[in-house]
Amino acid sequence: MDQSISAASDEAISNRAFMSGNEAVARGAYDAGCKVAAAYPGTPSTEILEYTSQYKDMYSEWSVNEKVSLEVAIGASLAGSRAFCAMKHVGLNVASDALMTQTLVGVKGGLVIAVADDVGLSSSQNEQDSRFWGRFAHIPVLEPADSQETYDMVKYAFDLSEQFNTPVLLRMTTRVCHVKSVITSGNRVNKESLGFVKEQTRLVMTPANAKHRIPFMHQREATMRDFSNSECPLNTITPGTDTRIGYVTSGPAFLHVSESFPDAPVFKMGLSFPLPTEKIREFAATVDQLVVVEEIEPLVETELKAAGIKVIGKDILPLQGELAPNILRPAIAELLGEPIPQDLPEKRSGISVEVALPSLADDLFPRPPTMCVACPHLGIYYTLSKVKNTIISGDIGCYTLGSGHPWNAMDTCICMGASMGVALGLDKGRAPSDDNKSILAVIGDSTFMHMGMQGLLDITYNKGNVTILLLDNRAVGMTGGQENPGTGHNIHGEETQRIDFPKLCEALGVNPERIHQVNPYEMPTLFKAIRKEVKINEPSVIITNQPCVLVDYYKNKPSFEVIDDKCTGCTNCLDVGCPAIMVTRRETVTKPNGSTKELAFVRIESAVCTGCDLCPKTCGPDAILPIEGFTRD
Amino acid sequence: MTDLATTNILVAGIGGQGVMTAAEILAQTALAQGYDVKKTEVAGMAQRGGVVTSHVRFGEKVNSPAIPDGEADLIIGFEPAESARWLEQLKPGGVMLVNQNIQVPPIVNIGLFDYPDDPVASIVERGVEVHAFNATKIAQKIGNIRLVNTVMLGASSTHLPFSADILKEAIMARFRARKPKLVGINEQAFLAGQEAAAAS
Ligand SMILES: Cc1ncc(C[n+]2csc(CCOP(=O)(O)OP(=O)(O)O)c2C)c(N)n1
Ligand code: SF4
Ligand code: SF4
Ligand code: SF4
Repeated sequence: MDQSISAASDEAISNRAFMSGNEAVARGAYDAGCKVAAAYPGTPSTEILEYTSQYKDMYSEWSVNEKVSLEVAIGASLAGSRAFCAMKHVGLNVASDALMTQTLVGVKGGLVIAVADDVGLSSSQNEQDSRFWGRFAHIPVLEPADSQETYDMVKYAFDLSEQFNTPVLLRMTTRVCHVKSVITSGNRVNKESLGFVKEQTRLVMTPANAKHRIPFMHQREATMRDFSNSECPLNTITPGTDTRIGYVTSGPAFLHVSESFPDAPVFKMGLSFPLPTEKIREFAATVDQLVVVEEIEPLVETELKAAGIKVIGKDILPLQGELAPNILRPAIAELLGEPIPQDLPEKRSGISVEVALPSLADDLFPRPPTMCVACPHLGIYYTLSKVKNTIISGDIGCYTLGSGHPWNAMDTCICMGASMGVALGLDKGRAPSDDNKSILAVIGDSTFMHMGMQGLLDITYNKGNVTILLLDNRAVGMTGGQENPGTGHNIHGEETQRIDFPKLCEALGVNPERIHQVNPYEMPTLFKAIRKEVKINEPSVIITNQPCVLVDYYKNKPSFEVIDDKCTGCTNCLDVGCPAIMVTRRETVTKPNGSTKELAFVRIESAVCTGCDLCPKTCGPDAILPIEGFTRD
Repeated sequence: MTDLATTNILVAGIGGQGVMTAAEILAQTALAQGYDVKKTEVAGMAQRGGVVTSHVRFGEKVNSPAIPDGEADLIIGFEPAESARWLEQLKPGGVMLVNQNIQVPPIVNIGLFDYPDDPVASIVERGVEVHAFNATKIAQKIGNIRLVNTVMLGASSTHLPFSADILKEAIMARFRARKPKLVGINEQAFLAGQEAAAAS
């Protein structure tokens, strides 16, 4: 085993590369001789597989969901090869069924699972702490802080996995995945596949067999705990002269601690589970007080307290978000009974409050993410916003933005695929007062294949009255336009069979007469299809079939312009929500009946308009026309 | 290496404007000067059309990848309101470069919020050294709207701990390797940015 986890950084400067944590994991897995890598995209982990797919002598795939990706990795491990899968935090919820039993089996080839927690919720439906899975599944958790550590630790993780016969969890966070820093990497080692060996008592988890694996799992954890407390090179102490507080921390929080308190002693857990409790106990004896700085949940804190070690943690630090210097410095100042930096003339690091610059952000408009100019979802939400008496069960993807302005056309959203089951429940549980409401579900193509298909089967099987909009935009738009079984291309862009959605829906029990394919830019047709289907007491699926504008083959047409003389300022086109439509001036007019109306006159940003011909369909006076003789540079 | 203290640069704008590319070029240039460098990325499509920032930090040794509040030496703002949004991050005495080209988001167009009259004036009011100019117009004049990035980098080049020519050469080398045809207009854009910042 490589005991010099950071020795690489001492190597020649000419070998340096500037890599994100995501690229570093991919490189580390490759250099460790990993043969199979699988993932379903999800921020902040998506790019990991985009990087592994660039290595030709390693198999990479986009799986349809995280559970399948883990199962593929498990199979490869059992085949005797080193195997890897990556996912965002919520992906591990989906994959957990496989994980919770595979921990009993152990591994053949090293098996590493990279899980990326979206600390700070930059792009997720929740914020959860994946370190729990280490405790729950009794598997080790490694926590890198930057790209070099990520690279070193993923290689190390494969060794650990084989040494202790366990899947290994590499816990990353957004601040690791999406930060680029300098790394020195090595070369790929050749790991021969060991070959599959039949061993039913270990590989077939019936109750009788599984029962005997439970003691193995606990024994393994005990051995790893000893290791964590002894020779494990990942749990290290950075000495410091200011011993009033010693810090116990891991991952990028370690960097924030070093930035904030450069003179303090710090215990850094690279292997944070099994917890090196005894090592920390020794460390505690060298400082006045111990503060645990861990992002999200008080896991380490709780376990140290249970071991009788006096620590401070979430009593002074928040239970959510990044523990950056602006959080740490004031909290620690207060603990030490020092004046809080914000209240001092010496604000922050030596900046006095009198000269510190104020925030202007509170007075500014927010700028949330928008759908793209000409996105095929725009026409769908414009149409949905015009259908009356609906309850719209939503799902996750770019189309979740339909819950916002100007459409307000989504009423629920929980997790991937939930639109189906939730819609059925809304139907079956409806109050008499909701009898006149139509239940709709909106789901993207990738989300449908990820977890939506089973929900649709449940709807047809149980005779739900739900109208489903399946938004087939031929891409995983949300995460950057990755391939999926609906695009007909694999992770390398090579052709493969393309799933036929109408046939699939039919096979899942939808009456073929209730399945329609509609061009979402043809809003009147879409409107009529929805109006018709919501009235029929049977599950229906309306499949929209125009691609995301990010796909390579998306074709721009000549841009449109607004003829100012013709524009009445009616604002209809603004309800489309296309970011290319700009207001030029506003007017308030008083109608004959005394009421007032706000008019807004518009123009189109011709440089970005793709000529999708959507907004003209909302314009009564035909003021939106293609620009004659338009050419693009 | 010319300076051992950490230099903190915040690049701010809107998803899709090229904020990441500008930050990447600054980071790579600092790296080539032998500094330790950290740079945050906002990847994925989630930020499309939304607020985007990249933190670039370089020095002898950089710990946290996030610039601590109020410690940015330089803010490169790709849009006026997006520059104002981050004023608090600027170190007293720091410099702010602003592309004056306004980008109004749908949320303002549909009438839910107002765009401020003059975001740059509110920054200048605080006594900050601001260099504001319309980088988009400059880029258009040179012949390609995508040159905004190079214009902004040119503007930043006299506010860095290494010489302007080092940054210029780094950009030119990048284009020589990838798109040799664009070397000439990028050089023009770089110099135009430098000039615009000096004149404003
Ligand atoms: C379990 C889980 N895995 C991954 C994600 C990240 N994620 C959210 S939506 C989505 C895909 C959306 O694709 P699609 O349904 O085709 O809709 P589009 O964005 O293209 O409109 C992904 C990968 C997640 N939120 N949850
Ligand atoms: S990425 Fe594609 S699906 Fe997502 S908003 Fe843009 S065009 Fe629409
Ligand atoms: S829909 Fe037509 S008339 Fe109404 S604001 Fe838009 S361009 Fe003007
Ligand atoms: S035609 Fe209208 S909706 Fe389509 S891209 Fe142009 S401005 Fe947007």
